[in-house]
Amino acid sequence: MTEFTNPAIDWAALAPELILLGGASVVVVLSLFLPLRVRRGFCAVVAMLCFAAAGAAAVALFVTDETGRAVVADAIRRDRLAELGQILVAGAGLLTVGVSFREPERDERAGEWYGLLLTAAAGMAFFVAANNLMTLFLGLEWFSICLYVLTAISVERLPALEAGLKYLIVGSFGSAILLFGSAFVYGATGAIGFEDIAQGAGDAERLFLVIGLAMILVGLAFKVSAAPFHMWTPDVYQGAPTPITGFMAAATKVAALVLTLRLLVTAFPGEEELWTIALAVIACVSLAWGNLAALVQTDVKRMLAYSSVSHAGFLLIPVAVGTELGGRALLYYLIAYAAMSVGSFAVVAIRERELLQPVTVGNLAGFGWERPFLGGAMAVFMFGFIGLPPAGLFLGKFYAFAAAVERGWAWLAVVGVVATVISIHYYLGVVRAMFMQPPELRTAPAGGSPPRDAPLQATVVAALVVTVGSLVAADPLVDIARDAVEFLRFPVS
Amino acid sequence: MTTTILILLPVVGAVGLWLVPWASARAAGGFAVLVALGELALWVGTALNFDFAGGRLQHDAEAVWFADLDVAYKVGLYDFSLWLVGLTAVVTVAAVGYGFWTGRERSAVYLSLLLFLEGATVGVFTAQDLLLFYLFFEAMLIPLYVLIGVWGGPGRLGATFKFIAYTMAGSLLMLVAVIAFGLEADTFDMTEMGTSSSTWIFLGFAAAFAVKAPIWPFHGWLPDAYREAPPEVAAVLSGVISKAAAYGFLRIALPSFPEPVADWRVPVLVLASIGLVYGSLLAFRAPDVRGIVAYSSLAQMNLIVIGLFALNDSGLNGALLQMVNHGLISAALFLLAGAIERRCATGRLDRLGGMARGRPVLATMLIATGVIALAVPGSSAFAAEFLVLNGIFDVGWGWAVVGAIAIVLAAMYMLRLISAVLHEDVGPAVPEAALDLRPAEVGVVAPLVLVLLVLSFWPAAVTDHVFGGEPAAAVEARFER
Repeated sequence: MTEFTNPAIDWAALAPELILLGGASVVVVLSLFLPLRVRRGFCAVVAMLCFAAAGAAAVALFVTDETGRAVVADAIRRDRLAELGQILVAGAGLLTVGVSFREPERDERAGEWYGLLLTAAAGMAFFVAANNLMTLFLGLEWFSICLYVLTAISVERLPALEAGLKYLIVGSFGSAILLFGSAFVYGATGAIGFEDIAQGAGDAERLFLVIGLAMILVGLAFKVSAAPFHMWTPDVYQGAPTPITGFMAAATKVAALVLTLRLLVTAFPGEEELWTIALAVIACVSLAWGNLAALVQTDVKRMLAYSSVSHAGFLLIPVAVGTELGGRALLYYLIAYAAMSVGSFAVVAIRERELLQPVTVGNLAGFGWERPFLGGAMAVFMFGFIGLPPAGLFLGKFYAFAAAVERGWAWLAVVGVVATVISIHYYLGVVRAMFMQPPELRTAPAGGSPPRDAPLQATVVAALVVTVGSLVAADPLVDIARDAVEFLRFPVS
Repeated sequence: MTTTILILLPVVGAVGLWLVPWASARAAGGFAVLVALGELALWVGTALNFDFAGGRLQHDAEAVWFADLDVAYKVGLYDFSLWLVGLTAVVTVAAVGYGFWTGRERSAVYLSLLLFLEGATVGVFTAQDLLLFYLFFEAMLIPLYVLIGVWGGPGRLGATFKFIAYTMAGSLLMLVAVIAFGLEADTFDMTEMGTSSSTWIFLGFAAAFAVKAPIWPFHGWLPDAYREAPPEVAAVLSGVISKAAAYGFLRIALPSFPEPVADWRVPVLVLASIGLVYGSLLAFRAPDVRGIVAYSSLAQMNLIVIGLFALNDSGLNGALLQMVNHGLISAALFLLAGAIERRCATGRLDRLGGMARGRPVLATMLIATGVIALAVPGSSAFAAEFLVLNGIFDVGWGWAVVGAIAIVLAAMYMLRLISAVLHEDVGPAVPEAALDLRPAEVGVVAPLVLVLLVLSFWPAAVTDHVFGGEPAAAVEARFER
């Protein structure tokens, strides 16, 4: 029996998670004692500071860590890929606080709301750094459970409860598959560390290894909400409070895709010919399914949920090609996409608060002229999701398709193009509703003129700056993406 | 630097119109007209100092944009781009002036979108990086979509959707072609890309340009878009935006893909010839003023494509001159169509007629433009069409016969337009009190006609100052000098 020694703990590498968790504790405990009228403001400020501090810590780590290394008994990685993921998660969290501030949710729940938001972000920050199957699963469940609860936090609303339950059941199913797959991989290779798996793969029982890899891919596809593993997405996006939906759309995708890239490239380089094709197929299915289903949606949140499925397809294209260019394209795409997701859900949130009912394409009528800034921003996000300038996704799509063409998979780029053409209809449907409907179709806001919402406006400004800025200042961002992936040994060159 | 200013001036003007809280629509409109005139003045200054000998790239500027795949911000002017930028500036002044005068609802936003469109179009004509070209090509869509969708006629929603779906389907295929071509050449710098023999890449580009021009049978979006758009937007769309497609053939498709162009020349010529005759026939049968102008525009664009694919000095020179001519002609005709519709609340020919009586200025403008458009000998359009036919005759006399037939048809539809609007009995929709063209309308349309008259007297102003004097050689040498 080997003697157990405590591993050396690299506290600096864990700083983002610790800051977020510390903030969560402060928020949850102190909000019990604070009077109701200051509770929401206090929690929001603490959350905002923690997200900013965690982001700053991740930036500091990013700047100092020129070469990555495994820390804490090789359980997590301290490298720029993880740190960039943490920066994006913290940024999405920061913006979400701005969207949440005036959410019509009871003040008693402010502690839980922000506490869970911080904890979920901490889980994602841990997840993107995972370096073995155990920490991977731990991180996955950590943030997933927080999101299950956040989805159903408005317990009075039946759709929210339904969404929470659905998310819990389907999400747990996905996690179980992932765990089962991990067991197969461990059984085949005798290792749980990503690099050990790659080393042990040579002598492994091939059948078990492939089954394990397939099941892990399925588990991750649930989190990425790639078709056909996306069944939970529309209901959960629709039922969850809108700020939380925005956070899920941005941060969950970032975390799941960064980890997918890391896992496949580090642990399964030898099985490249299997997972590249598998991911390409999943990408095509997501593009087809997401876009076709989005065409017939009338609820804007549900439409954006299917759009998120289709973007899972676009995002999987650069992962599937397994090249370094693909890695850079993925990270660049994620930066622009995360900002646009939070921004577009923020606009939906404010319309929801004006109307006090779910936002549909129909009741967006006239919104663009009533609130020119928010309407204009939403139009930029919608044009951007199509891949039109002036949004960074213009370059993101170019980059992703370029990665496919570089590998010789021009057909994959053509599938993406066809999907984009289909998507024009529903994205422009929003623009059309906001700006082009005759006055008699417009819906009057409920309860008089809506209150000023400076935090949300500031969030939309920030999202817009990142969206447009990522197109103009593409080069620095690409350098960051290059720094984040250059230590990975991509299987295809 | 000059080129960058030419792109940015209208864009900055548009942002200014959007952000500044203007005291009145009049102040905002005045500012927009000033910006458009400023752009025109800047272009005149550039043209006067332009070195037309040798056909080099001039006033170029370069900056890092996206170094990973060697994508850069690189712009510059060739002599032929200079003429198209000038066309854009002239037509935009007219469109902005007309939009200001008619006083659209939310006019500051309206005019800012027109200026933004101008910036993007100038970008298309000056970009020297393939992805930058694509960026501007796509950026033109957004203002057009909003301009037609918000301020257009009753069928605008269907028209805009058709327009954008057609155009995006073509241009996204071009995106794949851009990527494939750029990765093959290892750079996206258009001056250094070399040639490619890939048919697929060529077809990707050709698809985008064929839809945008449009070449028959890719014109499904055209009649609705031209009918539903506000007249000044239709003027820009048919006058300038369609030239972006012809420019794309000229700048990218012809010089970069010599072998595929040789293989696909006959199919393209066949389609363009069908489009020329078909568009002319439809223009002759169209029931309304805008229909005639729209389908004649389709026919003329196909004629320009025929000239381009003649691939010899005469054809290329004629095509370029006709691009400038047709831009001015169709802009003037759409603005006049707008003036007629304002007075009679309809453009249907069976309800119009007899407008010449008591309205001499309107009659003079319409007849002058129409007569130039039907290529009466001595007009600039005659010079251009002669060059095109001369060029295509060298390729095969059959093509020239088709072109000649189309010119007869052009005379038929233009004379039909003139007589149905101006002559015959007074139509039921023409009110007795309908005024002649107002001074502002004259101020907008007359300069276009004036430029056409100048070009009629001196077509060599364009043809002697383009391609460094040797178009075919320039295309063959891929503009590298």
